Amino acid sequence: MQLILSYLIAGWSGFFVMAVELLGGRLLAPTFGSSIYVWGAIITVFMLALSIGYLAGGRLSMSAPSVRKLGLILIVAALTVLPLLLFAVPLLDAVANAIPDPRFGSLVGATVLFFIPTVFSGMISPYAVRLIVPDRSSSGRHAGQLYFVSTFGSAAGTLLTSFYLVLIMEVNHILLALMAISGVIGAVACLVRGEANAQ
Amino acid sequence: MRSSWQALLLSVAGLLAAPAASADNMKLLHSERSLYREVLVYETGDVRCICFTRFCRIGRQTCQDVKHPDRIVMNYPQMMLSSLFVKPEPKSVLIIGLGGGTIPRALHELAPQARIDVVEIDPAVVKVARRYFDLGDNSALNVIEADGRVQVKKALREQRSYDLIMLDAFDHEYIPEHLLTREFLQEVKALLAPGGVLAANTFSSSRLYDHESTTYASVFPEFFNLKKENRVIIAANGPLPSADQLRANSRRFEQAFDSFGISASKLLPLFSRKQDWERGARILTDQYSPANLLNLGKN
Repeated sequence: MQLILSYLIAGWSGFFVMAVELLGGRLLAPTFGSSIYVWGAIITVFMLALSIGYLAGGRLSMSAPSVRKLGLILIVAALTVLPLLLFAVPLLDAVANAIPDPRFGSLVGATVLFFIPTVFSGMISPYAVRLIVPDRSSSGRHAGQLYFVSTFGSAAGTLLTSFYLVLIMEVNHILLALMAISGVIGAVACLVRGEANAQ
Repeated sequence: MRSSWQALLLSVAGLLAAPAASADNMKLLHSERSLYREVLVYETGDVRCICFTRFCRIGRQTCQDVKHPDRIVMNYPQMMLSSLFVKPEPKSVLIIGLGGGTIPRALHELAPQARIDVVEIDPAVVKVARRYFDLGDNSALNVIEADGRVQVKKALREQRSYDLIMLDAFDHEYIPEHLLTREFLQEVKALLAPGGVLAANTFSSSRLYDHESTTYASVFPEFFNLKKENRVIIAANGPLPSADQLRANSRRFEQAFDSFGISASKLLPLFSRKQDWERGARILTDQYSPANLLNLGKN
């Protein structure tokens, strides 16, 4: 159960990150346009936040790791998307007022909106690796499987969001649905008893 | 094995040769890769065009008769210029989308009193328009390199307003989705002076037509719907003129339009107020704007 949940959380988190990233482009477009540099700003912020998340997640996995805490990280990552839903437009307008150059405006705007949730999402993968690796000799294989699940989730999140979800739902409703799914998966993980493989 | 390779090679060669043969008489004058696309200038006989795809496969952006640069070759700029029938003496004009500069150049002659701001997102297009479509350094045209919506918001912040706004930023292939939402049209309406007019060149041939229509109708309860290959929407910040008024205004421009090879009297019957779309189609908003996906499906 712990193993399945670790993979599930990693895969879903991959889906979540890419769906939010694509919708980020939607949220920024009315204020900064949809030029290549706006996408550049969004991708930069996501990559930077993920990289810091990886570091933090690895660190956190050092002390008493559990699938329950992994679920908690997933829930926190979802909750930090909430300001996006509530304040995206006024926040971006304020940034555009302060910084007229759309390149740096979109960079700051994307940082304000997406940096924190994406740091939390980045914590998931290294933390999950700690939970699924039973011994050193198979650690590479297990890490590979986890990367597979997580990046496959990202691919699915990208495709479904850009081909279908934006055609049937509003941006905020998609975000709400993503948060709800994170909440359910996270809650299930929190209910699971027991500690990780001590290794 | 060998024969299948040969077959593959032959079919690839066929694919490459076919368009080249059909495009024999097209001369490539200039090509450059910009931040957004490839900007190509082709000349066929005396007609020079800007295209964003090789051999203009997916439509021509703008064309000019090289021997008579004043003549307006394509249909849609003529329809766009007929917005002067609704607003005959604009003092200030904002044009979103430069292309080859056909519309701003003509407008400068038709309404010499107007201050004209043109917003173009792609610096390469501005360069090509200056070099190949004698936009020159026309000082009456103030060309701004920016995203259309970013510029509209900026103009609102600076409390500017315009008598005539023209939206010409779409093409056959791609619609900037943030320029086809209710919020954007509300911003454009707020930027219009009282009685100001919006003319929009649109490309919806598919079920996007319905969504585009209800989106415009949600901000401009009534508008003129001019249809040929393209569709041009002409809306006003205030009541639309009566048929008589429209006819009277069109007569004022008859001679001036003639010098561009445009027949004002042929444009007049295009002014339709008929609402020929599905009224229940979902309105496009900043939250829901899959314009390009909707434009994929055929009617």
